[in-house]
Amino acid sequence: MATYILKRLIGMGPMLIGITLISFVVIHLAPGEPTDMQTQLNPKASAEAYQRLREHYGLNDPIHIQYWNWLKRIAKLDLGNSFRQDGRPVIDKIKEALPITILLNVLSLFLILLVSIPIGVLAATRQYSLFDKLTTVVVYIGFAVPTFWLALLMMILFGLELGWLPISGLHSFGYELFSPAQKFSDLAKHLALPVFVAAFGGLAGLSRYMRLNLLEVIRQDYILTARAKGLSENKVIYKHALRNALLPVITILGLSIPGLIGGGVIFESIFSIPGMGRLFYESVMARDYPVVMGILVIGGVLTLLGNLIADASYALADPRIRHGK
Amino acid sequence: MAKALLVILSGIFGCAQGESVPPVVHSPAPAYGDTILTGSIGDASNLLPMLASDSASFDIASLVYNGLVKYDKNLELTGDLAERWEVSLDQLTIRFYLRKGVKWHDGVEFTAEDILFGYQKLIDPHTLTAYSEDYKQVKAARVIDRYTFEVTYKRPFAPALASWGMLPIIPKHLLEGKEINQSELSRHPIGTGPYRFKRWVTNDHIWLTSSPDYFEGRPYIDGYIYRIIPDQATMFLELRTQGIDWMGLTPLQYQRQTDTAWFKKEFNKYSYIGAGYTYLGYNLRDKRFQDKRVRQAISYAIDKNKVVRGVLHGLGVAATGPYKPDTWAYNPNVKPYPYDPEKAKQLLAEAGWKDTDHDEILDKEGQPFEFVIMTNQGNAQRQLTLEIIQRELRKLGILVKPRVVEWSTFINEFIDKRNFEAIILGWSLSPDPDQFDIWHSSKTGLREFNFISYNNPEVDELLEKGRSVFDPKERKKYYDRLQEILAEEQPYTFLYVPYALPAIHRRFYGVEPAPAGISHNFHKWYVPAELQRRTHLNQMAP
Repeated sequence: MATYILKRLIGMGPMLIGITLISFVVIHLAPGEPTDMQTQLNPKASAEAYQRLREHYGLNDPIHIQYWNWLKRIAKLDLGNSFRQDGRPVIDKIKEALPITILLNVLSLFLILLVSIPIGVLAATRQYSLFDKLTTVVVYIGFAVPTFWLALLMMILFGLELGWLPISGLHSFGYELFSPAQKFSDLAKHLALPVFVAAFGGLAGLSRYMRLNLLEVIRQDYILTARAKGLSENKVIYKHALRNALLPVITILGLSIPGLIGGGVIFESIFSIPGMGRLFYESVMARDYPVVMGILVIGGVLTLLGNLIADASYALADPRIRHGK
Repeated sequence: MAKALLVILSGIFGCAQGESVPPVVHSPAPAYGDTILTGSIGDASNLLPMLASDSASFDIASLVYNGLVKYDKNLELTGDLAERWEVSLDQLTIRFYLRKGVKWHDGVEFTAEDILFGYQKLIDPHTLTAYSEDYKQVKAARVIDRYTFEVTYKRPFAPALASWGMLPIIPKHLLEGKEINQSELSRHPIGTGPYRFKRWVTNDHIWLTSSPDYFEGRPYIDGYIYRIIPDQATMFLELRTQGIDWMGLTPLQYQRQTDTAWFKKEFNKYSYIGAGYTYLGYNLRDKRFQDKRVRQAISYAIDKNKVVRGVLHGLGVAATGPYKPDTWAYNPNVKPYPYDPEKAKQLLAEAGWKDTDHDEILDKEGQPFEFVIMTNQGNAQRQLTLEIIQRELRKLGILVKPRVVEWSTFINEFIDKRNFEAIILGWSLSPDPDQFDIWHSSKTGLREFNFISYNNPEVDELLEKGRSVFDPKERKKYYDRLQEILAEEQPYTFLYVPYALPAIHRRFYGVEPAPAGISHNFHKWYVPAELQRRTHLNQMAP
């Protein structure tokens, strides 16, 4: 096992370099430059100022030199400074946006697990029942409904008509004056709609997957054996079948690790949440290469690690894989 | 305020004249207190004005900093940190006499040394500013004494006066010997203005509090919170639930969604002429558009009032030239282009465009009259305008192919490379009438702003003269003539000037729309004591 993980870790090196190289080239291929924000169609910005900015950002160098310089810095774990006018370190920008995105994603992932696993199990044990059909329709509606539309409807209902929840943002102003209990309830109120909307869209995948897995497992011989030896249906399903059916969920969780740092730009914009989705989108629009690359590198590392963790934990959880080879 | 010192192309418009002023009733007594929340779709980038170029940064900077000079509510230059100034007889030297006793927000006195330092930073090639050009015209800058500052120019340069707005005003004692591009003042500004910086949560909000010893008197409203809400629909919901007090409405919101008794009871709506205009520009390297009659014909064929109605719900005015209609430089007596398809046909016929093969498309020398009008993605108003123009010209026998392109590609691949036939774009202009960069024939180079390649020796001369004298009366002569020529020649078909459409909660008094917009007297706005809300926010330590 240890050698297997070590091998995988070593293999990640070249893969990561490949990812960064392709990302770097692609983002530089897009028309436009970081200097555009300051100089484009701005008659007060002279050609000289444009050249000076280009020089400062190293844009006059050929692209392979730029990539090499970037790579040298990243080897020292330095993501560099943003090319936007604030010129702040990339890491600071990511540090600001990351916690809130992770919080939201973890909460909605938790909600998804909490709701979709029971839905999947019940739908599988009552295949073709009214419950099965109804939940199928509901989760697919969740999957198909555009986020921004659902979000706006919820805001109008809960924010405007009922007045129960705030429309957007994360805190009320004056948050610092609140008692800890008030702070918690303020944050919970602000998070309720975004977490619900994010989770609603994600129910379909996991609940359908769960249903399918369980149906598959129930057909196995060892379930027949369990039934034959006279176990109650509950024991058969929840002790023998469910544990096996949950295995692929581990893989899904592993694969969703990189997703935890990603945010949807439309989702975050609608709810005015200063998260990673907006940071990434705005950086791409501003051709802020260091920030774009920084986020892609972190995403790349997490994707590779997530795959590894998924594979490794799968092996730990499932003896068939561990002993299989 | 100082946003007006910049020329940025954008869909954002800032300033101008009142139309639907709320009824002047007996106003209650001013009182200190309360906090105003306003919404913006974008975050600021850098709060040292010389390093920024976006409107959000200048919105904040204009409350935190002052200039030596500023535009007053009628968009005329007046003193700010300078009590007055003198221009020498040869028009080469300007001497500024500063207000005494003005303090930076950290308590240190503001002096002429700060201005000299700011000027030096602006021309320092190491500084990442886009605005060095105006300051490079300076031959010498010197501090006469603590409260007197003098600049001498290489040649008379009238726009120079406005350049002594807030860009060069930075605190020397905090920046000397430091790396300005990485200064913490970018995130935590210290100015001399009516509001002090309190905090900035990236992409969420910027919070300012009133400065008790502001030299024009302590502002009435204690707090100013600038919330970043990227989505217009969300922002409007925030306004309706009073999560914000002030936002700029879209024409649709203004006309249809706020026309309720409840909204009118809670909010005041204002509408006044904005600072930007939208135009149809022709590539004058294209043979067909080199004929003035063709350009005039297209101008006659477009019903501008219909465009204003269709695109802006009537909330704008037809443009006649490149100046804001309520400012001193505007010339109202230029050749008008009323909707007149007959005249358009006649002009096209004179230029040789006739439908000889009876396919309902005009042709000349065997070539049908068809061309591509481009505009950028993400601006619904421009795209709608394009559709209306397409229809109008089709009636005339001209085939227009619309093409909508992503912004960066549009500018880099088409505008900068002069690779277009016609475009719909907009300019948002500074109050100074100097438009040398847009119309002068020397400015047709790569990445320069006369991208339609307009070339008229008389216009060149007028632009040169207009920027070389300081007296507005004399300048007006040149710019009036400039507008006559542009109206006659129609290098652009000037389309419309949209209104700015802010809605502000009713408890705020003292709002006074003017050509400069509504922000010009923000520090005099107030909420009567009994109407104040959000008073709990004032308990928070600054």
